[in-house]
Amino acid sequence: MFAFIVKRVVQSIFVMIVIAFIGFCIKHQIGDPVRDIVGISVSAEEREALREELGLNDPFMIQFGRFLKNAAQGDLGLSYFFKKPALEVILAKAPATIELVLVSSLFIIIFSIPAGIFAAIRPRHWFSRFMMGTSIVGVSIPVFLTAILLIFVFSVELNWLPSYGRGETVNIGGWQTGFLTIDGLIHLILPGIALSSIMLPLFIRLIRSEMMEVLETDYIKYAWAKGLKPGRIWLLHAFKNTLLPVITVGGVQLGIMIAYTILTETVFQWQGMGFMFLEAVERSDTSLLVAYMVFVGVLFVVVNTVVDIIYGLVNPMVRITGRK
Amino acid sequence: MKKKLAVCLVCVFFLCLGVSAGAKTLKLAMDADPVSLDPHVQLSGGMLQYSHMVFDPLVRWDKNMNFEPRLAEKWERVDDLTMRFYLRKNVKFHSGNPFTAKDVEWTLERLKRSQDFKGLFEPFEGAKVIDDYTVDLVTKKPYALLMNMATYIFPLDRKFYTGTDENGQPKDLIAKTGPSFALSHESGTGKYTVGYREQGVKTEFKAFADYWDKKSPGNVDTIILTPIKSDATRVAAMLSGDVDFIMPVPPQDYARIERDAKSKLVTMSGSRIITFQLNQKRKPEFQDKRVRMAMVYAVNNQGIVEKIMKGTATTAGQQGPEGFAGFKENLVPRYDLEKAMQLMKAAGLEKGFECTMIAPNNRYVNDEKIAEAAASMLSKINIKVNLKTMPKAQYWDQFDAQTADIQMIGWHPDTEDSANYTEFLLMCPNKETGYGQYNSGNYCNPKVDRLILASQTETDQDKRATMLQEVEQILYDDAAFIPLHWQNLSWAGKQNVEIEQIVNVQNFPYFGDLVVH
Repeated sequence: MFAFIVKRVVQSIFVMIVIAFIGFCIKHQIGDPVRDIVGISVSAEEREALREELGLNDPFMIQFGRFLKNAAQGDLGLSYFFKKPALEVILAKAPATIELVLVSSLFIIIFSIPAGIFAAIRPRHWFSRFMMGTSIVGVSIPVFLTAILLIFVFSVELNWLPSYGRGETVNIGGWQTGFLTIDGLIHLILPGIALSSIMLPLFIRLIRSEMMEVLETDYIKYAWAKGLKPGRIWLLHAFKNTLLPVITVGGVQLGIMIAYTILTETVFQWQGMGFMFLEAVERSDTSLLVAYMVFVGVLFVVVNTVVDIIYGLVNPMVRITGRK
Repeated sequence: MKKKLAVCLVCVFFLCLGVSAGAKTLKLAMDADPVSLDPHVQLSGGMLQYSHMVFDPLVRWDKNMNFEPRLAEKWERVDDLTMRFYLRKNVKFHSGNPFTAKDVEWTLERLKRSQDFKGLFEPFEGAKVIDDYTVDLVTKKPYALLMNMATYIFPLDRKFYTGTDENGQPKDLIAKTGPSFALSHESGTGKYTVGYREQGVKTEFKAFADYWDKKSPGNVDTIILTPIKSDATRVAAMLSGDVDFIMPVPPQDYARIERDAKSKLVTMSGSRIITFQLNQKRKPEFQDKRVRMAMVYAVNNQGIVEKIMKGTATTAGQQGPEGFAGFKENLVPRYDLEKAMQLMKAAGLEKGFECTMIAPNNRYVNDEKIAEAAASMLSKINIKVNLKTMPKAQYWDQFDAQTADIQMIGWHPDTEDSANYTEFLLMCPNKETGYGQYNSGNYCNPKVDRLILASQTETDQDKRATMLQEVEQILYDDAAFIPLHWQNLSWAGKQNVEIEQIVNVQNFPYFGDLVVH
């Protein structure tokens, strides 16, 4: 296990440097951050002076070297727009995104597992067919459209749920949480549904097909022959083995889901990292962009590592990978 | 279960509604929030809107574009260079310090150091304190726009911003990328103080107990400003009752809001002109006045306003809208395809030519669609336009580098005055003086330059208006650019919010005077 983690850390440092390098390459194409922090009538010389002051006129490699040196000390630069350290800005926005992803993951787990199992056990049942049909629609509608439709129906027309933002939040040691107030929880419903709308059908289908495959295997037939109760066969013997591929996909999808939050958060004015990222692109807040990319890189590495560890716990055969 | 949940939610919703109705709180949603608490750090509409809430200017614009006394009770011209302001007494800053002439002097000096404002305050020599409540503003040359500039002087609390902060930086430092004391602290004389603030998320404004203006009808104690960037979400928040006031309203949703019984829409013709510049240096054909004229005649800007802007803009034939000094009634929009073709023929170019055009796609309302429409209109007189659109983050570098023959630009004059359009968009480009900074058409007419420069020092407003009108006439006759329209300003709010009373063409809603029933 220890060797495995050390290897991962070394790998991830390399990955981080590559990401930062790519980020730096893109950064110069996105636009001039100085444009966004001065009014339009400010003269060209004033802008040039500001560029010089911010070190934007230095050669590429010097800027990159400076960034790496500071990053090694945990300083990812100052956000031009927020006028604060970029890492501080990102960390302040992270709770919102993490809570949103958590809620949608919860929705996905709660609904996809029973639905997937049911569809696998009773493939010809009308409800299974209905679910398979709607899941295709669910997968093909883009998130932002789902989000706007949800707002239109539940906020504008029915007036049941709030249309934007996080509502009331409570600060626990710097973590702004919406889980502890009714208002905060209500605000989580629509964005949570919107974000899960893409992944939920995918998982129902995945669980269904994996489970159907498992149900065909010899040991299940043997279990039936042994006369075990159906519930035990389905949930204990079949479902547990269905989980392996589901967890792998889930890990990757968790990362993708964080990426999808860009759309959901923008529509719902959800003050998380995705929203911040999109705004940073629009404002050419390049230092924040690079910091965010590095941060998300770290996140992906961490999530994948955790998934690998869980995988090992569920399936003892896999544990060997770390022991080489 | 679902029904129960729904009932619960409805209950909670009404509970929230009940609470907010008692305390006269205004929930305000704008497309952006102030980038900092330092009014001098950036010159932008958002920062000026903020300044009007937390600070007070010496004078401000009223609805008829006259000057309304604020911290200056009256003013008089002493000589060609000097204007004397008599200041209001018994005005307190949020810190408790009294407001005096020294604060005005100090603020003007700070404005002259601000990267964004120093250009506007360049004509000023400085302020001279006569006594505690009298101050002279002195200009280097006679300056016609002295009063316009006084609307930008929001006196800051000199004592509050003097000294050094915990980082050892001076408290009055104007920091573009921060951190600094002034970026996160304020002390003005305005109706509101800034309470809780999380940038980009929420800003709470609380009424200041010692506010001087007791005559103001405003009755809002708390303003909760939430920036909602997405147009659709901002409108949805309004329609669902989550907020009381939104600005701006996207044109495609005007009808939706007007249909809604609980909401109302207020619009006003604005002063941001959208134009195309024809680059005479890149494209020799554009040096021929007949070709430029033909292009002006070929672009159906009335059609663009009706079809693309859905009537939410005012068709333009000149730079400044009605109410501006240079406005001339006879300079109407021109569209006549027949005439355009004749002009092309006269120029010997009936076969047309090919050229390039760039436009932003997220800067002005419907900018991309407008550019597409204009390109297809020009194709009718055989000018084949290769259009490229891009986000504003990339656009301005391309614009400055003049990478295309036709370039789109919108302009709102910071001075609220006609001359400003020409100074930036159409005077001969000159690196030293900075005039013509955004003149990518390279139109250059010494007579226009002379008139504009003369207008700057002409303090007789009637004489000055004549000069500016002459400029507009010359530009019109020369077809110096293709005028499209002035974008409308728009606000929407609940029926009980008296929006009409506080909005103006500068788009600085005076929230201090807002009445909510």
